[in-house]
Amino acid sequence: MKSWKLAGILAAVAAIGVAGCGGAGLSAADAAKAHGPITIWYSNNADEIAWGKQMVAAWNTAHPAEKVTAQEVPAGKSSEEVIGAAITAGTEPCLIFNTSPAAVPQFQKQAGLVPLDDFPGATAYIQQRSGSLATQYKSPDGKFYQLPWKSNPVQIFYNKKVFAKAGLSATSPKLATYADFLAAAQKIVSSGAAKYAILPAPSSEFYQSWFDFYPLFAAASGGQQLVENGKAQFSSETGLKVAEFWRSLYAQNLAGKETYQGDAFADGKAGMAIVGPWAIKVYQNKVDWGVVPVPTPTGMPVNAIHTFSDAKNVAMYASCKNRATAWDVLKFATSKDQDGKWLSQTGQMPLRPDLARLYPQYFVANPLYTGFADAASRTVEVPNVANSVTIWQTFRDAYSKSVIFGTAAVKSTLDGAAQKVDSLATSA
Amino acid sequence: MTTAIAGRRLRLLGQQPIGAAFVAPYAIFLAVVFAYPLVFAVYMSFHRYFFTAPGAIVDRPFVGLANYWTVLTDPAVARSFGNIAVFLVINVPLTVGLSLVLASALNAAIRFRTFLRVSYYVPYITASVAVVGVWMFLFNSGGLVNQLLGPLAPSPSWLINSSLAMPTIAIFVTWKQLGYFILLYLAALQNVPNELYEAADVDGAGRTRKFWSVTVPGVRPATTLVFILAMITGANLFTEPYLLTGGGGPDGASTSPVFLMYQKGIEQGQPDVASAIGVLLVIGVLIVSLASRRVLERGQ
Repeated sequence: MKSWKLAGILAAVAAIGVAGCGGAGLSAADAAKAHGPITIWYSNNADEIAWGKQMVAAWNTAHPAEKVTAQEVPAGKSSEEVIGAAITAGTEPCLIFNTSPAAVPQFQKQAGLVPLDDFPGATAYIQQRSGSLATQYKSPDGKFYQLPWKSNPVQIFYNKKVFAKAGLSATSPKLATYADFLAAAQKIVSSGAAKYAILPAPSSEFYQSWFDFYPLFAAASGGQQLVENGKAQFSSETGLKVAEFWRSLYAQNLAGKETYQGDAFADGKAGMAIVGPWAIKVYQNKVDWGVVPVPTPTGMPVNAIHTFSDAKNVAMYASCKNRATAWDVLKFATSKDQDGKWLSQTGQMPLRPDLARLYPQYFVANPLYTGFADAASRTVEVPNVANSVTIWQTFRDAYSKSVIFGTAAVKSTLDGAAQKVDSLATSA
Repeated sequence: MTTAIAGRRLRLLGQQPIGAAFVAPYAIFLAVVFAYPLVFAVYMSFHRYFFTAPGAIVDRPFVGLANYWTVLTDPAVARSFGNIAVFLVINVPLTVGLSLVLASALNAAIRFRTFLRVSYYVPYITASVAVVGVWMFLFNSGGLVNQLLGPLAPSPSWLINSSLAMPTIAIFVTWKQLGYFILLYLAALQNVPNELYEAADVDGAGRTRKFWSVTVPGVRPATTLVFILAMITGANLFTEPYLLTGGGGPDGASTSPVFLMYQKGIEQGQPDVASAIGVLLVIGVLIVSLASRRVLERGQ
């Protein structure tokens, strides 16, 4: 991308925003009471589209005067970039069923989100639906700008054939502690069962740490976020243990430093992967897999292990004119009935406590998902703080340097990053 | 009165007003796509600016050189400019040299000339996204290049080696864009009079002597163009580090200024800081282009 092109994009986005100034023509108070047709976007994943279509059809049948028009999030490098540009242009829909919690602070700064607390009973609805998990999704001003919708609690998938070839137990492998995990990884690679024990993407995108460092940090720390009370937590003794563990894997070439084109786990290049329940359908008939929780420094009871949520939420966007309808659709789409349909169609976990009790028939019929349902109650979200993406990029750069490529000491590098993050988290 | 109006119109539109009509579409295109973004980028770089929803009332104060200070004191930005210097030092001379030599060869009566011309041009018109996969296959640790090199293969491998990542990207870009620059040289070679080669033959000049004494001076204006174009496109490097080295890796060794602009402006919501990087890049490219033009056109 040429710099003038990028400058063009930046300026065009700004120009569209300027052109759209004052175009809404409806006060927020009036919009909150307005009913009528609305538009929604959802993810382009086939299962999610199928769920979205049936949800919209059910709503439209019952509410012909408040028709919902749905489409996939337009293609782009990422949904967040597309949504950010749409907010600036004032072309975003009323609801997006694919809002990344990491992007919420930025969208909020853009004045692109509607605080859901504005609707009568909304706060109670969110807290009742998601229980204590909802707290993580509250913005620093105490309001909900997103409805916690669904999670994909990540765990360790392992390839049973690779484990058997390496002389490891394929039914109950010892992977609970860092020492166990390292020993298993060494056997996998030294036996030639797979080129790598595990291959999380080693690239520098800000979100890649959600699938290597962060789940293990959440587990080791008993559920801490990367930043809490305006202070970085990753340079603590616990954070350093997690980082040193990963550094050992990279230093011994048990984890790959090169980007792999394709799915290393499905291709048998890596014996393990860190993924959520969405992967069950993907690996069905491709890999004979098993699943265990992420390791912790010295082991923990399974029912005490936290992990990263990999959640996507629903947010209401500022250009929405018929917000009363949008709120009604939001409640309809996240009702117990629709959540059950979501679960059965996608295998992803609605952000509700005690899923196994709520949907017993599903988990009896699909026992592979039971462990993920249990883990869903102990998920850790990305911190809802200002400069969220910059904070993650700062951490990723330090992690990449000291852990993946091992060109600097872990402690001093993470300490330096923590100082920058402290300043970023409080600067807004 | 009528004469005065006609005179004013003549001054405004020139002697051939129809000419202004022909030029207008491109002039408007330039104004909208080049001039406006550039001016707006400069404006953003002097303000605390971020994108907002239409109608949102936010304070965007003038901050003077604060964004430039942020950029100039950021080690990642300094490193990205250093990386791009490495890239240009390798890419530009290689591009100029190889494209001139290959254009000269393709201009001669050789077998499969059309096939070879097409072969060199195909990578240029193929999207980087499509060919990056092939290069990753060639240059990863278990790739074809390392298998051929055997014990001489570098460790860490090419794309994850801090010293080799940027040179590998420079070679990739040279290969990819060679077809376009060969085309420019081929066009220039058509303007070198045949009499000069015949005179050189009479003087007993060999093939190498004719190349240095007739071809090289004969295509000097094209060389200036190729040099400057290669430098401008090289300074705007983005796609290759984004795709080939996993986002400017390893550890920032292949990060380019434009890649940082993308990270800060689009991903992190800091278009003001991204614009400051962009303005510095534009100034840097202008200075180097003007200096190289002076050097290359000296004595003409």
